Amino acid sequence: MMQDGAVVATHQEAALPSPDPLRGPPSPAEGGGNARAPQSILLRPGADLTGFRDAARRLIAEGIPPEAVAWAVTDSPGLFGTETAQAPAAPLALPKPVAALIPQVIPHRDPERYGLLYALIWRVCHGERHLMEVGSDPLVHRLHRMAKAIGRDLHKMHAFLRFRRAEDAAGEHFVAWFEPDHHILEAAAPFFVARFRGMRWSILTPEGSAHWDTETLTYGPPGDRASLPEGDGFEAGWQTYYESTFNPARTNLKAMRAEMPKKYWHNMPETAAIPALVRAAAGRTDAMIEREPTLPTRREPARAVAAMADQDPKTLEALNAIIKRTEPLVPGATQAVLGEGPSGATIAFVGEQPGDQEDRQGRPFVGPAGQLLSRAMAEAGIDRGASYLTNAVKHFKFEERGKRRIHQKPTAGEVSHYRWWLDRELDFVAPKLVVALGATAVLALTGKAVPITRARGPFRFDRFEDRVQGFITVHPSYLLRLPDEAKEEAYAAFVDDLRRVAEIGRELAA
Amino acid sequence: MDETLAKKLRILADAAKYDASCASSAAPKRAAGKDGLGSTTGAGICHAYTPDGRCVSLLKILLTNWCLFDCAYCINRRSSNVRRAKFTVEEVVNLTLNFYRRNYIEGLFLSSGIIKSPDHTMELLTRVAKSLRRDHGFAGYIHLKSIPEASPWLIEEAGLYADRLSINVELPTEASLERLAPEKDGAAIQNAMAQIGERIVEAKAEKRRFSPAGHSTQVIVGADATTDEALIRKSAHLYGSVGLKRVYYSAFSPIPDGSAILPPKPPPLQREHRLYQADWLLRYYQFTPDEVADASEGGMLALDIDPKLAWALKHREKFPVDVNKADREWLLRVPGLGARAVDKIITARRHATLRLDDVARLTSGLKRARPFLVAADHRPVGLTDRLDLRARLVEPATQLSLF
Repeated sequence: MMQDGAVVATHQEAALPSPDPLRGPPSPAEGGGNARAPQSILLRPGADLTGFRDAARRLIAEGIPPEAVAWAVTDSPGLFGTETAQAPAAPLALPKPVAALIPQVIPHRDPERYGLLYALIWRVCHGERHLMEVGSDPLVHRLHRMAKAIGRDLHKMHAFLRFRRAEDAAGEHFVAWFEPDHHILEAAAPFFVARFRGMRWSILTPEGSAHWDTETLTYGPPGDRASLPEGDGFEAGWQTYYESTFNPARTNLKAMRAEMPKKYWHNMPETAAIPALVRAAAGRTDAMIEREPTLPTRREPARAVAAMADQDPKTLEALNAIIKRTEPLVPGATQAVLGEGPSGATIAFVGEQPGDQEDRQGRPFVGPAGQLLSRAMAEAGIDRGASYLTNAVKHFKFEERGKRRIHQKPTAGEVSHYRWWLDRELDFVAPKLVVALGATAVLALTGKAVPITRARGPFRFDRFEDRVQGFITVHPSYLLRLPDEAKEEAYAAFVDDLRRVAEIGRELAA
Repeated sequence: MDETLAKKLRILADAAKYDASCASSAAPKRAAGKDGLGSTTGAGICHAYTPDGRCVSLLKILLTNWCLFDCAYCINRRSSNVRRAKFTVEEVVNLTLNFYRRNYIEGLFLSSGIIKSPDHTMELLTRVAKSLRRDHGFAGYIHLKSIPEASPWLIEEAGLYADRLSINVELPTEASLERLAPEKDGAAIQNAMAQIGERIVEAKAEKRRFSPAGHSTQVIVGADATTDEALIRKSAHLYGSVGLKRVYYSAFSPIPDGSAILPPKPPPLQREHRLYQADWLLRYYQFTPDEVADASEGGMLALDIDPKLAWALKHREKFPVDVNKADREWLLRVPGLGARAVDKIITARRHATLRLDDVARLTSGLKRARPFLVAADHRPVGLTDRLDLRARLVEPATQLSLF
């Protein structure tokens, strides 16, 4: 990469050294008059952003207008060197759109690019801060078009470059040859690094080359098309794909050439297929249109068609098998925790999600909250063994803190992700009463957030219509989190709720 | 690549090409980790163009073209006599990676015929995406075709690995579906699309990954008698009700071994083009479906002029519009002015009074715009009201024929 800046030298200097070589000729503001010769700025070939920036800073600092600058490019190293000792000028404070435009235009091959950019900077620094917003200004318009040309060139390089795989002593090596229109190799390379980070690759162009060894990007001398590896086993396959994805009934060569100009074709293996595809297209299309419809030669797969419509799980066991083999939505859980209890139970309890203990044992309501629930059920006269217990979400979600796995509440999206299973599960179990324990269960059963304190008690879940009765109460883990003084009262209220549940259950069973 | 695999590729690429969608855009920008492969750029990249002028961005293939469905418009319907093939999951994964490494593609667009059952098929599709992401650290673009008849949890699992999910409406009316695609169910399609739409919104809000590039659909144009107006109304409904990112319009194309109940000839490709333009009017130009209908004649959009121009010609009393003063909403109504040109005009006129030359530097559609615009040095005296204005603005016929 180029480090040194450009040289500011005046022709005047060359003939007659000025007393202060750093200052250059006086600016018009200082009364320089008409007698001054243009400043000649020498930049490196290609996209010399550093050189241009240093020169522009100095020229602006010295008040030299664009018409007094001549920009030239040289690759003769002798002209650089000694003069770079000049003190660098202070950075220019430019509006963002100007600063963004400069690197977009610098790679353009138009020799006028530096002069145009400097004219823009000059005007922006002399009363036209908002110049970039005036897209109708001829200078801005032209620079925009140049930036667009660079954008297109970059885009085409990202799109049309083709790697060939080779092997050398160090292993796989992917090599490409590409001929961009502008000086864009360095601007294009980061895309390939981000995309092919794990591959060793080289991109060769007539102006220079870029090499990635999976860790470092380096630039080297121009490449040679002849040094490309011979062929690649996948090029024929790729051409096969290209041929097959073409629809002859829609042939539109103009559109193809507009987007993929011919100049790119010789570096794209698939384009070898184009002439034959085009020649055959009309004939293939006519044949398709004229051909009489045929009768099927295979037998109608009636049984397979009938079986296909019948894929839904038919039993709770079949559903559970699906749940068991599905991965948790949020990674981490050991296993899915399925519902437990007899199918056809009068009462089904729906909790939130398995906790740490449930996740280890693979059974619902076996941790501290589950034990509390068992106690309360016993006090309320509900036989736990005769009830069905399950959770809205089937996997434990947690955050690891040291050795502990701290429960994390499932999000609304996660709850609705699991609700398909809960729905079907309850259909199979077919309880007469569904008890939602806590807000998550209510969310899973209603699809919306309902405040528990207000909805507590008998509740109609729309999805069951009137086939199944509903009841809402708190989750037992809520009781565990309460301060001791509040615990007793809340527990009593919970047991009261369960007594009502038991009562409704008895009525429904009768 | 060995011969058997190449043969399968030939059959299964040929079978997939009637899906118009090829976009690799709208995925959040990302790049693979240290030893991984792939990136997404946001805008998508077309890696080649075939002689039909369409871009090749993704490896668009079917997992299999065996199918139990019998949709009349489809080359893969079970009663068709095309050659059949089936990839294994590993074959698709390897093909994708090998093409990707050579910079041929942006990623994979995988669809499939229905084999065994919709659930079985959906599981296979998801396994491909999962293997690419999990086993190979693949960060490129993945578009999975969802099967609306599959169980909802399977569709949702697919969204965890895909950048985009899509379900094809294919036929815009229930009657056409019944006649041409007997195994498909319009309500199931709509429900599955709504389900995907909801999950995408939720996941965005919860900053989880679920089909981050949105979802899309395709309708076939010209396989039944549905009018352009009805198609656009259907699209407007889908954009509104299930939050679709894109509707693709695919002019019904003759296929090898076509069905007897299809029209013998395809619709003009220009019809598809006009539908896309009308679709853009809905999404970016604040047109309502009623206004698009208003731009059509008997429910069909004109083929020789674009729908925005057609609307303007019918509403000449609203023009000309002053580039230096008019609201954005009205500038957007001017034929020839694109949304980007309008934004540039609005920014530029804060600093300068625009003349016709200035406008010419801000849009490439000045010829069409002229009769409808007032600029500092231009007034389309009488031009807006000329009876032959339409004839003057019609695109030359050579551009109409895409052949």
